[in-house]
Amino acid sequence: MSFVFTIGIFFVLNTKLGAIPPIGKFLNPYSGIWQNETTESIEGIVSIPGLKDKVTVHYDEQLIPHVFAQNESDLYKAQGYLTAKHRLWQLEFQTFAAAGRLSEIIGEKALNYDRTERRRGMGYGADQAIAYMEKLDKETLSYIQDYADGVNAYIKQLKPEDYPVEYKLLDYQPEAWTPKKTALLLMYMTKMLAGYDDDLENTNALRLLGKENFDLLFPDYFDITDPVIPKETDWSFIDVPQTPLPNSQTVLDTITETISKPNPDNGSNNWAVSGDKSTTGNPILANDPHLGLNLPSIWFVMQLSTPNHNAFGATIPGALSVISGFNQYIAWGETNATRDLIDWYKIEFNEDRTKYKYDGQWKDVSIRVEDIKIRGKENYKDTVLYTHHGPVVYDKNFMSENKRSGYAMKWIGHEGGNNQKTFIKLNKAKNYDDYVKALKYWNAPAQNFVFASTEGDIALWIQGKFPNKWEGQGKFLMDGSNPENDWQSYIPQQFNAHTKNPERGFVSSANQHPVDENYPYYVFNDGYETYRNRVINDFFNSKEKFSVDDFKNLHNNNYNLKASEIVPYMLANMDASSLSEEEKVIYNEIKAWKFNNDIDEVGPSIFRQWYGKLYNLVWDEFDVEDTALDAPFTYQTIYLLKNHGNHELMDIVETKDKTETAKDLFLIAFKEAAARLEEIKKERGDYKWANYKATYAGHLLQALPAFSRFDIPIGGDRNIVNATSENHGPSWRMIVEMTSPPTAIGIYPGGQSGNPGSKYYDNFIDDWAAGKYHQLNFLQSNKANNSIIGTQTLTPKN
Amino acid sequence: MKNNIINFFATIVLAILLSNFLPWWSVMTAALATSLFIPLKKTAVFFVPFLAILVFWGIYSFILSSGNDYTLAKRIAVLLPLGGNPYALMLVTGIVGGVAAGVTGIFGKQITLASKER
Repeated sequence: MSFVFTIGIFFVLNTKLGAIPPIGKFLNPYSGIWQNETTESIEGIVSIPGLKDKVTVHYDEQLIPHVFAQNESDLYKAQGYLTAKHRLWQLEFQTFAAAGRLSEIIGEKALNYDRTERRRGMGYGADQAIAYMEKLDKETLSYIQDYADGVNAYIKQLKPEDYPVEYKLLDYQPEAWTPKKTALLLMYMTKMLAGYDDDLENTNALRLLGKENFDLLFPDYFDITDPVIPKETDWSFIDVPQTPLPNSQTVLDTITETISKPNPDNGSNNWAVSGDKSTTGNPILANDPHLGLNLPSIWFVMQLSTPNHNAFGATIPGALSVISGFNQYIAWGETNATRDLIDWYKIEFNEDRTKYKYDGQWKDVSIRVEDIKIRGKENYKDTVLYTHHGPVVYDKNFMSENKRSGYAMKWIGHEGGNNQKTFIKLNKAKNYDDYVKALKYWNAPAQNFVFASTEGDIALWIQGKFPNKWEGQGKFLMDGSNPENDWQSYIPQQFNAHTKNPERGFVSSANQHPVDENYPYYVFNDGYETYRNRVINDFFNSKEKFSVDDFKNLHNNNYNLKASEIVPYMLANMDASSLSEEEKVIYNEIKAWKFNNDIDEVGPSIFRQWYGKLYNLVWDEFDVEDTALDAPFTYQTIYLLKNHGNHELMDIVETKDKTETAKDLFLIAFKEAAARLEEIKKERGDYKWANYKATYAGHLLQALPAFSRFDIPIGGDRNIVNATSENHGPSWRMIVEMTSPPTAIGIYPGGQSGNPGSKYYDNFIDDWAAGKYHQLNFLQSNKANNSIIGTQTLTPKN
Repeated sequence: MKNNIINFFATIVLAILLSNFLPWWSVMTAALATSLFIPLKKTAVFFVPFLAILVFWGIYSFILSSGNDYTLAKRIAVLLPLGGNPYALMLVTGIVGGVAAGVTGIFGKQITLASKER
């Protein structure tokens, strides 16, 4: 009896039960979480197998490692080793998420997620990238192998008690790192930044609304554009024409549901001013990528140097070299250059689904079996059919019931390529020509690469591999059997839109339209940003010279241009006579608001509520059962409210006896918003912006409260230059002045350590929220100065 | 009483030694060994190894955590949930180890009794 009891106790304390970790293993002080109560070791000598020479790592007080290696191979080994040392769990978890392997860790509840990622072709795309490098670029692949060796050297040193706390919580172990995981990480970024499309939703919308309404609601160009590449740019050097329009019919299917998509707010700001426009005479460059605010942060800051180059900036765990940063000669940064690079093709299969119709013939289907391991259960095998377009994501086995047809995905992410090489070369670039050469390897996700050099050049290239589409191609579901619907060719790389040293003295991008209508190719995307870019460009047109302080102020600019373009109109056109006393208070509050989303304002909260309710009322037509639909974008919504206030779509469908106009909606929405604001006031004490928004940085495991930071006092919002919404915003802010060598400041909402038990886990967050920056100590030689708090030496293992 | 004290310290010493080459259940092994060789009576069968390991794990976790400002303990005490109190987490840690050891102590006692009956 007591034997059974003893075994029972052992089992309970040694086994993960549901979400509860194996409590004996988890809590015991010699191998459980208490062993993670440590600060990072930043001194001493560590021997690493495979190093060719000694590598010195100086840590400064922000725990930024300054790496001095004697050759590139050692440099990437050290980068892999150090990234694993500080971020091992995140490093691995992100690639599990990319590969659709979360069921292995958390069980069956992740199966649907895993199937989606695999059917999206994440693993397939990573395989293509590795195959490309094996064939055409063994050098880059060898560096990726060096990085893997470095990660594995760290993993091999670990005993179970040393595993990061998340492994103990979820009760699993790290596995060996491979080059494919780097390819998967790059796919993860490609999905995050070039994985959004509304083609299928647009197909439904076109079918329900008709072409005229669709074009009014979803125009290719808004009435205002302030594109990335200045309007006056001369395109006469382009001599390859746009693909001519074929006689192709849209397939007007009813699509009931679509796969999950990345956050459409994933975007960024970057800009640079020329020496002439800078108070010091040196060009200045800034970058702030807007991504999910997570802990551990997506960024890990490092200095990476060999005797031949010296780069500094933000790295991404899993990718080699610096991604957004600078070296002794140049600085660079990225924003997302969204374009519609996902297209959908309707596929018609033969009886046994081994062939599909194409060009009047039957073409063979190829098969990729996705073997999904599930914790505590048998594997799930998902057979994905591949056409020459790409994977058939939707078929009778997934989100569709049609036995003989499916939807295949054509995605730039499946094309293979050598994105890693771009960054390796940028890290070593010395001037504009080197920068342009480095960019040529970049396929996807397309980025606006901003550039500044100590020689005085500024530039911006919109770089990616872009199909040369016919007008309207891929906006809706296409017939996959018609060869004219295939991507016919790509825009030659040298014709990608770019600008160097423009007359206006600055370059900038904020995910807006890349070009105006004069650019000779079809440029379409599901939603370009239309606010941040105008605030940024207006700022740089507002005076002669700009300083680093101006740059800081612009990063932290909370001006809500969107609100300023609709609130006065709503106030002027709403009949306020029926408002109650409480509603009048709120009415007067927003009337007094100067459109700044600062933390102590109530205006931003009122606007968010009011506009949110209004948006849902306007687009109630888009709430159709079993039909995937996405409502129009903010800019066009506001345009329609102001210019087409009596349009039939303004009517509320539910109220049969009345026909509402925009002006009616203003009042209804205001009253609904006021009621909700009163509730919020009761719940939280007030509805000041900081309180209302309650920005947080959530741990990668579904914002596990123990490892997350809540109620971060920061202003801003989406569509504002300081693009901080609830859980999304400037994930890295960097400003570089092109002195020789460059001087730079930077900060991100997290910390260098991935260990929640470290004081370096979230120590940047308060300064980040306050709009402060940290000096980036750009060491010019392998000598510790007074900013260095510890030095560790990595030596070859004999 | 004397046996209680000897058993108490022997369990701790043995648990420390065994922890060098066994996982967390070394405390169960230690409690089993001491219950066989240093017999206890009545409620002491459970409570002596229970207290021994409670003290051992509690103090050890305190030492590890206090050197790091209880940074992680405070977070884990949110996770479990113990109101973010690191000392509560140490107590829970001690109790978990203690219960495992105490139950094993009872098991050891029954082995002793069973072998005597034969």
